[in-house]
Amino acid sequence: MTDTLSEHADPDLSQGEALVEMTDVGKSYGAIRALRGINLTVRAGEVTGVLGDNGAGKSTLIKIISGLHPHNEGSLKVDGKEVHFSSPREALDHGIATVYQDLAVVGLMEVWRNFFLGSEMTKGRLPFSGMKVKEMKRIADEELRKMGIVVKDIDQPIGELSGGQRQCVAIARAVYFGARVLILDEPTAALGVKQSGVVLKYTAAARDAGLGVVFITHNPHHAYLVGDHFVILKLGRAVLDKRRSDVTLDELTRQMAGGDELAELSHELQR
Amino acid sequence: MSTTSAQRPGLGAPAEADNRVQLGVMNRLLGRPEIGALVAAIVIGIFFLIVAPSFRSADSLLTVLYQSSTIGIVAVGVGMLMIGGEFDLSAGVMVTSAGLANAMLSYELGVNLWVGALVSLVGALAIGFLNGYLVMKTGIASFLITLGSFFVLQGVNLGLTKIITGSVSTPNINRMDGYDSLSWIFAHNFEIGSVRISITVLWWFIFVALATWVLSRTKIGNWIYAVGGSADSARAVGVPVLKVKVGLFMTVSFLGWFMGMHTLYRFNTLQAGNGVGNEFLYIIAAVVGGTLLTGGYGNAIGVAIGSFIFGMTNLCIVYAGWDPNWFRAFLGIMLLLAVLVNLYVKKLSTLRKVG
Repeated sequence: MTDTLSEHADPDLSQGEALVEMTDVGKSYGAIRALRGINLTVRAGEVTGVLGDNGAGKSTLIKIISGLHPHNEGSLKVDGKEVHFSSPREALDHGIATVYQDLAVVGLMEVWRNFFLGSEMTKGRLPFSGMKVKEMKRIADEELRKMGIVVKDIDQPIGELSGGQRQCVAIARAVYFGARVLILDEPTAALGVKQSGVVLKYTAAARDAGLGVVFITHNPHHAYLVGDHFVILKLGRAVLDKRRSDVTLDELTRQMAGGDELAELSHELQR
Repeated sequence: MSTTSAQRPGLGAPAEADNRVQLGVMNRLLGRPEIGALVAAIVIGIFFLIVAPSFRSADSLLTVLYQSSTIGIVAVGVGMLMIGGEFDLSAGVMVTSAGLANAMLSYELGVNLWVGALVSLVGALAIGFLNGYLVMKTGIASFLITLGSFFVLQGVNLGLTKIITGSVSTPNINRMDGYDSLSWIFAHNFEIGSVRISITVLWWFIFVALATWVLSRTKIGNWIYAVGGSADSARAVGVPVLKVKVGLFMTVSFLGWFMGMHTLYRFNTLQAGNGVGNEFLYIIAAVVGGTLLTGGYGNAIGVAIGSFIFGMTNLCIVYAGWDPNWFRAFLGIMLLLAVLVNLYVKKLSTLRKVG
């Protein structure tokens, strides 16, 4: 299942190399500071787990790295160079691809159209030149089959695949088109146990192929299975920032569950 | 996915999986958006062939095709826009605005009609751009934005015409420079054998063929389906959503301008109040043709069949000797039936009993 990943991953990636560096990054929407003082380094061949409750600033963080909303404090470096993205296209051109939990694919479109969306193969450079439809169908089918996803019909709408399969297609697509940094936004949130397992396996495979992976979730168990480095966000700040060797699953779970606040709450709720 | 662990690198991909099926012809057909409209067109056609004897001639068929093309040309654009997830309610009056602008500009300034036509084109494209840009930048539904421009254009059409000409119609332009070439392009009839065909029928076929090519075979077409199906997903993979949608609005206003030119050069004079209500005919043609109201699904052939159903019922009610006042009631019923058929067909095709 790692064929697509190992064949198409950038061979220049070297383990541990810093791909994205955020220093003191912050973001305000008008008077609201959604995120502040974030230091995060995404390294090649590592999974960085970003955890946090709803409203902790996870989505803001993704939006900054993926180019949807530019940051307005601190610095964001990609491959050592300072960048300020103004569109997802720019981030993609830097090799940063994002797979959103609910926005991974366009459900009504055929599988092959989804696979190539935004990176279509055309016969010429003109905007209305034809696509190489046959070749695109063949490649999409081949690549999906290598990952063990066999669709009934490459022309079927992708909405007919299962949620886990759709996530995997989106991940494979990102890697096939040369992603070096993969941002996964709650990839397991809406999935059952078995499907989550498939997505986690895939995440690990991307890491082993040398990509830098940012794994965003509110499930510490899933994060701990694949993560090398963990950051917990709370109210727009990082409250925990540790490597895997310095932290236990219990600590992650406790912090995620509210930590000290939970202790207070249990005191208040005591009957 | 349970087979995943068995496929290690080196073993190669599974040659042909067990659950791969070749879909039957029936299933493939049912999966197409225009199939409901096609069935409806055939049924209605047979019905009118029986009840309206004067429909059974090549001449009537060509008149029907002409009638269809007057709606169909703009409907192609409206259909593409709806696939892209937006509405344009200003398309109907835009046709009249474009014609009026050309006629009055050229007549009052005494310039060649070509100048007026080109200025009118630029104006139409600008309105399309404004519609699209406002929808995208404000995030307000296109239904509301274009409802606004619909009323603005309607008022401007009447108001400006009244100020400039003193009446609600434009002066006759058939003696001005450029009239011959323009009316040849937009409104002449040519004969093949014994039948007369309007050039708009030809234009209509060309636009439908072009739209079909763009939607199914080009990158832009892929993007149109994507922005209509899920604009956020499309944006996330780098599709320029703003450009695609603004481009679609401008396509509609281009085709509206084109129809405006036809109306002007066919009748040589225009009533400023024309065109109101046609925007709904375009939308009906698109919906009857299988375009999904919420975007992301449909095709140009379907829209063309929808327009044909419109043209056929419009004229055949007359051929059958019925009171044409009933036409709109018939159209309404057609729309409801089409939506029901489409819903049913879509359910059938997504169920796809394929083992």
